Amino acid sequence: MKHLRSNLIATTVAAAVTLGAAATASAFTACQVTDTGGIDDNSFNQTAWKGVQDAEAQLGIDGRFLESQAETDYEANINSLLGECDIILTIGFLLGDATQTAAEANPDQKFSIVDFAYDPTIPNVLGQVYATDQAAFLAGYLAAGMSETGILGTFGGINIPPVTIFMDGFHAGAMYYNEQKSADVQVLGWNPESREGLFTNNFESLDDGRAFAQNLYDEGADIVLPVAGPVGLGSAALADELGTDALKIIGVDADLYLTDPEKGHVYLTSIMKNMDSTVFQVIQSAKDGTFEGGVIVGTLESGGVGLAPYHDMDAIVSDELKAEIDAIKAGIIDGSIKVGM
Amino acid sequence: MSDRTNLDDVTAKLLERAAPGRTQFEDLVVVPVFAVIAALFLGALTMLATGVDLPTIGRSFIALGVGSFGSLNAISETLTAAAPLTLAGLGLAVGFRTGLFNIGAEGQIVVGGLAAVIVGFSLPGLPFAVLMPLCLLAGALVGAAYASIAGGLRAATGAHEVISTIMLNLISFRLLDYMLRRPWVQKIGRDDPISKSVPENAELPKLLDWIDPNLRVHAGIFLVLIAVFVVYWLLFRSKIGFEFRASGANPDAARYAGMHSKLIIVAAMATAGALAGLAGANQVLGVLGRATPGFSSGIGFDAIALALLGRSHPVGVLLAGLLFGALEAGGRQMQVDAGVSIDLIGIIQALIIVFIAAPLLVRAIFPWGFRKPVNKAGGRS
Repeated sequence: MKHLRSNLIATTVAAAVTLGAAATASAFTACQVTDTGGIDDNSFNQTAWKGVQDAEAQLGIDGRFLESQAETDYEANINSLLGECDIILTIGFLLGDATQTAAEANPDQKFSIVDFAYDPTIPNVLGQVYATDQAAFLAGYLAAGMSETGILGTFGGINIPPVTIFMDGFHAGAMYYNEQKSADVQVLGWNPESREGLFTNNFESLDDGRAFAQNLYDEGADIVLPVAGPVGLGSAALADELGTDALKIIGVDADLYLTDPEKGHVYLTSIMKNMDSTVFQVIQSAKDGTFEGGVIVGTLESGGVGLAPYHDMDAIVSDELKAEIDAIKAGIIDGSIKVGM
Repeated sequence: MSDRTNLDDVTAKLLERAAPGRTQFEDLVVVPVFAVIAALFLGALTMLATGVDLPTIGRSFIALGVGSFGSLNAISETLTAAAPLTLAGLGLAVGFRTGLFNIGAEGQIVVGGLAAVIVGFSLPGLPFAVLMPLCLLAGALVGAAYASIAGGLRAATGAHEVISTIMLNLISFRLLDYMLRRPWVQKIGRDDPISKSVPENAELPKLLDWIDPNLRVHAGIFLVLIAVFVVYWLLFRSKIGFEFRASGANPDAARYAGMHSKLIIVAAMATAGALAGLAGANQVLGVLGRATPGFSSGIGFDAIALALLGRSHPVGVLLAGLLFGALEAGGRQMQVDAGVSIDLIGIIQALIIVFIAAPLLVRAIFPWGFRKPVNKAGGRS
């Protein structure tokens, strides 16, 4: 009996192996390497992957992804895709060094990296960066107008520019509100002058997201902006338990109302970084041969960044505030309002 | 027929006297091999259950093989991944042999790697022949010192090393975060926690970059081989190793025999920490070239499984390290070729450990792979 079972096992495996040998090939392949947040982070890896999927649907390309489990994986993951892919998309600032190394060693391979702009530029790398502070400015103004306690909170994943740019914009937006309305709304968790603030130092731990939001809430914050990818889902869980009257969350990267539907009601809005559209553009340019190294910048004007709809919160945001947000958006686009310091 | 049985009997007895018994061979080699097969099979079932079709499963297993040993790059990646795991695993094996369940390899890797980086970028003027060994030494010493804290607490107060090493792990993570933001450690021009890069003179040289610059395998593998030999000698050929093992087997008897149990605990922890510190130095000097939060990436925890898998025997640990390295490198290829989730590799790894931890289960599933007890009529089947 045991012999029979073992034989059966061997046969099944052999059959699987034979069937598997018939691999498929496609004309154009775009490959994405994620950072340690993973492809299903409800946040920026996932948004970028949506761009690849859109390209699959509309351009008929093949998309693949590799998830990095640790920082030591970045270089290895990129290397294992060399020659397999027409373009390699590396997602995140933390892959900056690994992408540069690989791109310089393999000048014929096309690369595009999200959140990193090389200076000087590398001919086979297209950097995708975002003026996220423009959208975050709107969110800061909105949050300042919505807060009951007059205290807002924010925290980040790691103290790197693509994270802190959210916090800068958010802070600046709240300060702009204070200026306009002679209010005294405070922002906890980020000091734009000293460049110090609250950071979980990872992009993974939902527990940290919960704990950091709890700390901010205990300090009086009733609207929290977690800028740490999936870590923010932990904050959303806390807001769900406390109730949205006590704590609201502002999402980042994607419209989290849509990507995190279970907790969708806790999001006041989301600061969207539309990586899907820039990733799509990059793939398209690589496919039709117009790809060039350099930098593309997503702005409010180009639609590369934006504020998500208020969804369930729509009723509690006053029409007056909505109109002000629209006016500020127009002001940022025409340059009459400066978001930077 | 009965002559044959007698002959088998005699051979078995002779073999047992000449070399480590067949049972030990079976435990060290045959059980793991069958455990892997069983785990792959269950892994396939798991994939089926999650809706992966048979051709993809077949493709992913081919990718697992090709990605781990199927090309020069694959072998290079396997060795690169295996090196730190084996070093840390050797350290844990020393602890296990001494009866110390050290969970702290992760923290020892962190402080060891950090020390190696700091020495590396602080003394950029030194020649390679001095600086590189100095960095490794710094990693080993700091790792040893860090582990000795847990050893000392155990010896002096009886504080259990499981608890104290876990706590020391947490402290090391925060210490790393803190250190990486000191201006004299942090990379110039960066706000995020990342250390300065070590100069080329401090790096473990890449071995095959003259063939292809993407081949990452580095001189750390020699370090591993030396460490395997040293740990073997230490455990089985030296006086202190005998004392380690005696304390592990029966601490009371060892103490009664006049061994200094407290000293032994601290020495064993220090040895384990030195090896884990070397693993950390190996990562920063061979692969990353600098320290970042999370550069230890769970190696210290995987190494626990690895030491258990290798039955705390240096050669067993080496083989287990190669297996884990192969799973890591092959797992990457599984993702590339078949689009199978990296999490699945984690499941297969866990299954392998489950099977190895239950040798009787493996023997029951694959009875023809093992020698039957010889006294049964009919000899082996």
